[in-house]
Amino acid sequence: MGMKQLSVFIENREGRLENVSQSLSENGINIISVSLADTSEYGMLRLIVSDPEKGKSVLKENGFAAMLSDVIAVDMPKYFTSLNQLMKTLSEININVEYMYSLSAGDISAIIIKTSDNDKAAEGIEKAGLKQVKAEDVYGL
Amino acid sequence: MIWNEARECMDREQMAIMQGKRLAKQVSNVYHNVPFYRKKMQELGLEPGDIKGIEDITKLPFTTKQDLRDNYPFGLLAVPKSQIVRVHASSGTTGKATVVAYTRKDIELWQECVARALSMSGIDKSDRLQVAYGYGLFTGGLGLHYGAENLGCMTVPMSTGNTKRLVTLMEDFEATAIACTPSYLLHIAEVIEEMGVKDKLKLKTAICGAEPWTEKMRLQIEESLGIHAHDIYGLSEICGPGVACDCEHHSGLHIQDDHFFAEIVSPDTLEPVEDGVVGELVFTTLTKEGLPLLRYRTKDLTSITHDRCECGRTTPRISRFKGRSDDMLIIRGVNVFPSQVESALLELAGTTPHYLMIVDRVNNLDTLEVQVEVEERFFSDEVKELEKLTKTIAKTLQDALLIAVKVKLVEPRTLERSMGKAVRVIDNRKFD
Repeated sequence: MGMKQLSVFIENREGRLENVSQSLSENGINIISVSLADTSEYGMLRLIVSDPEKGKSVLKENGFAAMLSDVIAVDMPKYFTSLNQLMKTLSEININVEYMYSLSAGDISAIIIKTSDNDKAAEGIEKAGLKQVKAEDVYGL
Repeated sequence: MIWNEARECMDREQMAIMQGKRLAKQVSNVYHNVPFYRKKMQELGLEPGDIKGIEDITKLPFTTKQDLRDNYPFGLLAVPKSQIVRVHASSGTTGKATVVAYTRKDIELWQECVARALSMSGIDKSDRLQVAYGYGLFTGGLGLHYGAENLGCMTVPMSTGNTKRLVTLMEDFEATAIACTPSYLLHIAEVIEEMGVKDKLKLKTAICGAEPWTEKMRLQIEESLGIHAHDIYGLSEICGPGVACDCEHHSGLHIQDDHFFAEIVSPDTLEPVEDGVVGELVFTTLTKEGLPLLRYRTKDLTSITHDRCECGRTTPRISRFKGRSDDMLIIRGVNVFPSQVESALLELAGTTPHYLMIVDRVNNLDTLEVQVEVEERFFSDEVKELEKLTKTIAKTLQDALLIAVKVKLVEPRTLERSMGKAVRVIDNRKFD
């Protein structure tokens, strides 16, 4: 099973981030990793949560525009060298990184990436001797 | 100075006789040359002979903007197309423009009316006038231009756009008058201030129109520039600017009613209302050849007075506009209907997302922001996709409305709904 990211559109208004975390926490959904991209008018909140499907429906019920996207979580045993290796590999096979952020929970240290071609990226990662983190290992954290 | 004293100061009884003759002739003309009007009159059991005097005007059918659209582009012409020398158009709600056509005589009559308005504003042939309305399909630029040439003043076709250049030429040419929208003039005043040339200018008169403005704004313009500011009214369906204008007493706009007969009717019952009562302004073009219109509903709300003005003119005056009886907005002089935004978004997204138009006046210039609720079908987790979406919406709206639009994406269900019906427009401009 691939990693699902919960993406949420957030207007630049007070209290909107709190509304997201509150809605998720009230429904027993854990936030494992978070990244926020900001523009002058709105923010794009990207989350790895314990139950993406439920997270999406909970947020939609609360009036948010939310969607699930496929991302890849790459294990980073030795952070700096592994990251460098990952970037080098992706660049060699002409894959662009749309965005990335880190995930660190329990014993897992990983980087989340969304690429121009996730399938091709997955092959490259394997060839480079890097490992993908399994979704079920993360959701249970 | 009064440009045409014989007409503008005509005895009202004589005027009524002349209007009656002109109306009878016009009705007979449209009955025989415009199938649309013949059908409408036959439905009412009317024949041209039933219209004997101006008091019979209330028997005639109304004409609406929709009628013009239904007969797009030349279905209501009363002359062969070969007699048309000019066409103007304004933007329409569904992408189709409202088209108006003029014979040579229509252009002459329009030039006459604009010359009367310029004269009423204290402009004469010794003046140097910058026309800073848009030139093109819009009637503002060319309308003022040819009227000014008819008056005989030095006419400078500035059009709109480069304001610094306009101010530079205002100084170099020693311009004494300017014609533009009131909001643009306030912007020009700021640029004059920035450039520090106010003391070097010879400007003494402004003739402003094409958008609603308040008495307060008029006084603000007079004070900030040290000039006289006049209000000119018109609509392309009737001819363009020059249908009415205010004199030095600023107590209402004198209607050129030897050519355009004005009635005020209740928007609900369509029955005429008394002088002083606010209702919808309705015009009948008594002398136009190309596109004569009977009882055209302007949707502009105002009141009328037939009292004699101190300036000596006997023509009736309409008061400052109180709004509109439809949902049309005038933004930077451009007519905008909410339904235009609706159909543009529909075209883009397949179905209409919830949207809200916010009209404001920032630094004296009208702004339009359109907020669009982000819905699942065009939502993305990538910022660049959302930015692309914003740009596409802005471009589509700009192409449809012909004005700059700022698009803002908002969260779903955040735009106000009242009584189940969405609020589509918030106009923050103050007109009273």
